[in-house]
Amino acid sequence: MSSDAERGVVVEHLFRHEAGRLAAALVRVLGPANLDLAEDVVQETLCHALEVWKMGRVPDNPAAWLRASARNRALDLLRRQRTRTRLAPDVAQLQGELAPAVDAAFTEDALRVEQLRMMFACCDARLQPAVQVALVLKLLCGFGVDEVAQAFLASPGAIEKRLARGKAALRRAGALADLSDPQLARRLEAVLDALYLLFNEGYHGAHPELAVRADLCAEAIRLVRLLAENPATAQPRTFALLALMCLHAARLPGRLDAHGALVPLEEQDRSAWDRALAAEGARWLSRAVSEPPTALLLEAAIAAEHCFAPTFAATDWRAIVTLYDALYAQHPTPVVALNRAIALAQVEGPERGLEELHALHGRDRLGRYPFYFAALGELHLRAGHAREAAEEFRRALRLARSPAERQHFQRKLAPAR
Amino acid sequence: MADFLYVFRGGGFQQLSPEQMQKHMQAWGTWIGELSKRGQFKGGDPLDPGGKQVKGKKKTVVDGPFAEAKDLVGGYLLVTADSLDDAAELARGCPILEVDGAVEVRPIRKM
Repeated sequence: MSSDAERGVVVEHLFRHEAGRLAAALVRVLGPANLDLAEDVVQETLCHALEVWKMGRVPDNPAAWLRASARNRALDLLRRQRTRTRLAPDVAQLQGELAPAVDAAFTEDALRVEQLRMMFACCDARLQPAVQVALVLKLLCGFGVDEVAQAFLASPGAIEKRLARGKAALRRAGALADLSDPQLARRLEAVLDALYLLFNEGYHGAHPELAVRADLCAEAIRLVRLLAENPATAQPRTFALLALMCLHAARLPGRLDAHGALVPLEEQDRSAWDRALAAEGARWLSRAVSEPPTALLLEAAIAAEHCFAPTFAATDWRAIVTLYDALYAQHPTPVVALNRAIALAQVEGPERGLEELHALHGRDRLGRYPFYFAALGELHLRAGHAREAAEEFRRALRLARSPAERQHFQRKLAPAR
Repeated sequence: MADFLYVFRGGGFQQLSPEQMQKHMQAWGTWIGELSKRGQFKGGDPLDPGGKQVKGKKKTVVDGPFAEAKDLVGGYLLVTADSLDDAAELARGCPILEVDGAVEVRPIRKM
């Protein structure tokens, strides 16, 4: 029994994360066709725990308690099922067959493997990315429908529909993929893409609450870590994505101010950055090296340059330009070119940056991207062109996609005017 | 100071998400922790929804449940408070009220 000082306190997100682990184990035991039943068992298990624990009696190992409780429920279900289908069940014999099979799904190793299998099932390339990410949050991260809806600023009804579509596909799929299946390598790409999308929803999404966004980033990192730690999915591209996520998320605490406005990199309080997460990112980055470098690896390397620079001014902009050159060679997108031009302006001055931005290939495709105009405004400001700067910031403001962006551009506009 | 019994009825979590359940549990912990810190908590337990009922001169034993979910007793707590009003005021902090449950506050008769 826990002491009075720590009544009702368990590790952060325990219920949420155990919900994901239990669902994965239960799908293995009950089969994907019984996904709804598996989810019901999870919910009953957590409700039961809450009933028993809420008055101060949290067991020493709450996760083990939950797993044992879910295991017993699953075993009960299976036994009842068998009793229904057999006239004279030999219970002793049934116990002998069933119990070890159910137990095997709840070991620490099996829980990790089953979560990965579930990840592959949720991120099936035949499902729309929005469906994949909703499934991941619901089944693997233990989010409620309302919480998924809140994360995407969508209505619960719309999310229900999205989830129903995804779950129907999962049920139809029958067995989940085996991690030893050589086909899996091809499917890893889709899983990484979906988890990157989940991360970006947290990092760049329009949600006004930092806590919600940080949660989404943390969930994405938790799941990619599972991939990185399993031999079947521990590949350089997995490490690169994990490195990138850690190095971005490490800077999340400085990214929004108390009013929820975006804080530009040069004004961020670097002491607020998460040093432990940055160090983890650097460790994964060192394992992510591949030849030729992937786009993810280059992006992670750029994030590392920012993350470990002592100040904005002391950033190695020349190294960043070089990395952007390599990235552009692989991914000649206007956004990459834009970021390269911003870095180049740090090395060679605002006029040079403006020149690049105006000549930028595919610039018409940035017509709705507020940061293109914000970058123009910034460089005009530095070059002393106040009137042009104000004009560009006004354009950026009109295109802002979230309150955080809006506030940021408004603030930029004020001194430029 | 006098002793009181809190009887908890109803209150369901089926609709809560796992994260909300955890927050709810922590709210209980905080509430009981506060009572405890002030020396007003004397004990209590949750009750299993199942059970039996023995009734009548024939002493018939029947299986539970005995009530609809909203009336089902889910647990009890013993507290000390200055008065019935004080005990009721303390019960207003009970998290069961957030999930449509109720707290019945009953003074314990002294011999």
